Amino acid sequence: MDIINNLVKNLGDGIAAGIYGALGQGIAADILIMVIAAIAVFAVASGGFAGLTYAERKIVARIQDRVGPNQAGPYGILQPIADAVKLFTKEDTTPAEADFWVYHLAPIIVAVFATLTFTVVPFAPGVVGTNLNIGAFYIIAIGSASTIAILMAGWGSNNKYSLLGAFRTVAQLVGYEVPMLLNMLPVIMLTGSMSLVDIIERQAGWNGSWGLPFIVILPLSGLAFLISGIAETGRSPFDLLEAESEIVAGFHVEYSGMKFGLIMMGEYMNALGVAVMFSVLFLGGYAGPILPPYLWLVLKAFGVFLVLMWLRGTLPRVRIDQLLNMNWKFFVPLSVVNLILVMILGKVFVSDPALFKANGGILIQPLAQALIMGASSFALLMIALAIVTRRVRKDRMAEAAILLQRRETNQQIAASVH
Amino acid sequence: MRTDYAFIGVTLVVACALIGVVPILNYLIAPQTPNKSKRETYECGMETVGDTWVQFRAQYYLFALIFVLFDVGGVLLFPFAVAYNSVNLWGVIVVSLFVLTLLASLGYAIKKGALNWE
Repeated sequence: MDIINNLVKNLGDGIAAGIYGALGQGIAADILIMVIAAIAVFAVASGGFAGLTYAERKIVARIQDRVGPNQAGPYGILQPIADAVKLFTKEDTTPAEADFWVYHLAPIIVAVFATLTFTVVPFAPGVVGTNLNIGAFYIIAIGSASTIAILMAGWGSNNKYSLLGAFRTVAQLVGYEVPMLLNMLPVIMLTGSMSLVDIIERQAGWNGSWGLPFIVILPLSGLAFLISGIAETGRSPFDLLEAESEIVAGFHVEYSGMKFGLIMMGEYMNALGVAVMFSVLFLGGYAGPILPPYLWLVLKAFGVFLVLMWLRGTLPRVRIDQLLNMNWKFFVPLSVVNLILVMILGKVFVSDPALFKANGGILIQPLAQALIMGASSFALLMIALAIVTRRVRKDRMAEAAILLQRRETNQQIAASVH
Repeated sequence: MRTDYAFIGVTLVVACALIGVVPILNYLIAPQTPNKSKRETYECGMETVGDTWVQFRAQYYLFALIFVLFDVGGVLLFPFAVAYNSVNLWGVIVVSLFVLTLLASLGYAIKKGALNWE
């Protein structure tokens, strides 16, 4: 059992030992090991991209009562390879008036920074590219680089639709970064560290050996993080920046061939990155019973991605004013209130005896603390939803009344004409 | 400690190399027969009118400004979140005041109509 559980770690250790044996302990061996690890990280990310394009097309097709790709290989399983071949042999047309450097660099930047997200993700105990002590913060920082790349793509193409898409991006991606950031904070507070490995260990070791994922303790943060994560990667129903039916394809309308492929790759990797981050921060990452840890992370991340596909297959696109209102007038205030609630509850109800001795409060069992936090967070969500529902209904009624009045006026005019 | 960040640097270089070679390969493999109409800007098939790089709505700037406010505020909260276990209830109340100040500024922006999309 141990052999299977530590398969990836032992493989990595074996390769490292072999290289140290051949080259001796030195900087050359260190760099070679890091290069191999970097290629492994890249392979995981791009392998995930290839698999997910196929899975998404197949599953969304089923949701929409279609068949999906079924020509290349059995069940169309070779579709990603066929796509790659097609994109590689496509002529790469560049608009004559495009800004050369900005236009050509944008797809590369999108894909590179999407890959960099995976350097801090812990795949199994001891299997992590680098265990940064600011891991969660690093993810946010890297994630905002894709906004710049999309703006570059939109601006460099010298196309009005591209530029419109890029402008929407600035308003959307930039805005949804705020709730993502604010909902990461409760997790970091309860862990006391920004390292992703520490966050996973904290969830696995909650209440002694009982694992308790943060989604139970912080349901509101989890939900808000997931929704703002979907918006942050610009996926349906928040895909205003591409919006095929409105602005052709948004920022990447002028890209063809493999440059278009790189943009798609960056987007899928970012979406996968959000799914992986959600599993690490709120679902306990690689921690889980029976199955080996790396399989647990893959299962959890794919489960989250399944939700993303499900949303894509069922929901219509939101309007830009709805999107921005939902962010600034609902998510951000709610996240701030939730943050304060968690901060105060965490100090009033203390589960750690050492902390109780240092700061005071009410000493209770960890499970009771988790329950109190989870219940109050859920109650806050319900109250907020009730307030918003009432408010939105009032607005809608007012809008309907205006429409009705307008219709009556029109009918009167029509009647007086005849 | 420093090797933690070295790995990110190495990944950056490796990813740049592996991804940077893709458009070059595409350029070598694919046919290259550009002509005038192929290289035109693609906007619904019509000839493009006027310059693309024009002045645009100030509304976007307002959103960006409020984003900067919250982003900087959020970044300032990260060190506090890490040190959360070593402060007492009084410290939490002080930070809550800071967060509520942020919220008040958001409320002001909403009341002034800066976040209304028209």
